[in-house]
Amino acid sequence: MTLRSRLRPADAMSIGTVGLRARRVRATLSALGIAIAIAALVAVLGVAESSKRQLLDELGRQGNLLTVATGQTFDGRPTPLPTTAQAMIARIPPVLATTAVGNVEDATVRRTDRIPPQNTNGINVLAAQPSLPATLSARVLRGSYLGPPAEQYPETVLGYSAAQSLGIDRLDAQTQVFIAGRYFTVIGVLDRVSVAPEIDTAALVSFGVADRLFGLGGVPTRIYLRVDPDQVAAVAAVLGPTASPGNPRDLMVQRPSDVILARLQAKGAFVGLFLGLGAIALLVAGVGIANIMVISVLERRAEIGLRRALGARRRDVAAQFLLESAALAVIGGAAGIGLGCLATAVAARLAGNPLAIPAEAPLAGLAAALLVGALAGLYPATRAARLPPADALRTL
Amino acid sequence: MTAALELHGVAKTYRPPTAVTALSDVDLTVHRGETVAITGASGAGKSTLLSILGTLERPTAGTVRIAGTDTSTMSDPQLSAVRAWHIGFVFQQFFLLDHLTVLDNVATGLMYRGMPAATRREHAARALERVGLADRLRHRPAQLSGGERQRAAIARAVAGRPAVLLADEPTGNLDTANGHQIVRLLATLEDTSLVLVTHNAEVAAAMQRQIQLRDGRIVHDSGAAT
Repeated sequence: MTLRSRLRPADAMSIGTVGLRARRVRATLSALGIAIAIAALVAVLGVAESSKRQLLDELGRQGNLLTVATGQTFDGRPTPLPTTAQAMIARIPPVLATTAVGNVEDATVRRTDRIPPQNTNGINVLAAQPSLPATLSARVLRGSYLGPPAEQYPETVLGYSAAQSLGIDRLDAQTQVFIAGRYFTVIGVLDRVSVAPEIDTAALVSFGVADRLFGLGGVPTRIYLRVDPDQVAAVAAVLGPTASPGNPRDLMVQRPSDVILARLQAKGAFVGLFLGLGAIALLVAGVGIANIMVISVLERRAEIGLRRALGARRRDVAAQFLLESAALAVIGGAAGIGLGCLATAVAARLAGNPLAIPAEAPLAGLAAALLVGALAGLYPATRAARLPPADALRTL
Repeated sequence: MTAALELHGVAKTYRPPTAVTALSDVDLTVHRGETVAITGASGAGKSTLLSILGTLERPTAGTVRIAGTDTSTMSDPQLSAVRAWHIGFVFQQFFLLDHLTVLDNVATGLMYRGMPAATRREHAARALERVGLADRLRHRPAQLSGGERQRAAIARAVAGRPAVLLADEPTGNLDTANGHQIVRLLATLEDTSLVLVTHNAEVAAAMQRQIQLRDGRIVHDSGAAT
């Protein structure tokens, strides 16, 4: 017999989606499960990428920052930096800028003198130079930074966390804090300095005031320096001997951007965890689709029997349900990609990060949805195809 | 007169747990253009015989020849092709798809021949005209009366001009007037052999030949029409 039973691809597509069109609410709810799972996966990848992009940008900006700090002696006491250290470091040719801070020991910072001295809020008092904002790329959030008057008068600039701890969110002429037995006028608040978290928790005063009121003696405890980005390692190698030729091992030379690298690595670990959770959500959604498809096969036994009587092959019936399952998942996947991108955009905007969605995320999302849909439809499709046509027609 | 359907020594015993013998040693030849009524009590094997004639079920023993070709060794795709090209079915429950128009329901009857949609619709429109539903093409099945639905189902079965039309209680869900209309319509289909299962003696009498089944065996055959 030369005549063949044949189903055109366009017809296969049409009957593969007929169930979705006929049962819209059910199809929408089933697709919603996939949409949520795919949205979660895309959003996890997108938010991670946006955050990573922001950290990489920061790494690019802060990668050439080095610090030299006092080390500790065997009995735990800090060793002072030589007073000549900053000038010596500034002479290293690739060094572009330097700034120093000096730690004022045993000075507490409180909102008023009524606050018990024990409530330090973990705020340190640091003597700082006018070059600090430029060297650390620190932004003044409110007010202004320490200027020439601050060398004479008790003025302070608070780090971001210090201002928060003290409950200072606006500045006026009367905004003062109580530092080591004396009121200082708060003239500015700095934004977060990601590479120098010690600045965030500090109240900055000028070296002049620190010398006069707290007897600091102009001794710095930490020097920050910007270097030619191509010479960072070379400069780091000579920093110790340059800053303290007599005791180079007493100094700690650090690259603060290492903290950003560590944060990048930590984010990678979390992304893996959340992707795993997203995959579980996708699996659950796939089981939901399989469940709906099994019900669909049971409900449509008569249609299956009719199609077999009209000449449909087993594979045509299987294709009908496989296509329906895959279409359900792909529609859900497409919606999920849209939702995931939207969620990423909102999250990036709220966090102040640049919007970055990896190109492979939507493609992988769609492929994952298709795979889950095909797997979920496999069993119901096989069951439908194996249904004896005479039995199927005896349904009613 | 050439044979459209030939059954030789056909038996059908279902697998356990039922293990019912539905047909035993059935020999039957239906000629081209012949109209045959199969009657019998419930459980006599009428529907099983119709399923075997329509290749929806395979016999346990015996041979089934359709349009001269033995179907017993055919694969599933080959049997599907036989149904798509040579056999039309009419069911008691109509089995029209609610979400399609009447025209598309009828056109579905030709879908598995691989025919383009536009050609299918042309054939379907002609078939609907033959059954008197030319003015109902765009309606949904739910908008038709019972008699009209069965006429649409007949149009679907005959749209491809099959050699054999198998009808399982086609008037079972209809009132007498509509039932008569359907029988008249079926009896006037030219070039198509009709095998019709019915409980209704009047409907059976309208066919050229009457066959009675009891316990899976042919107990009466009025003889082939001459």
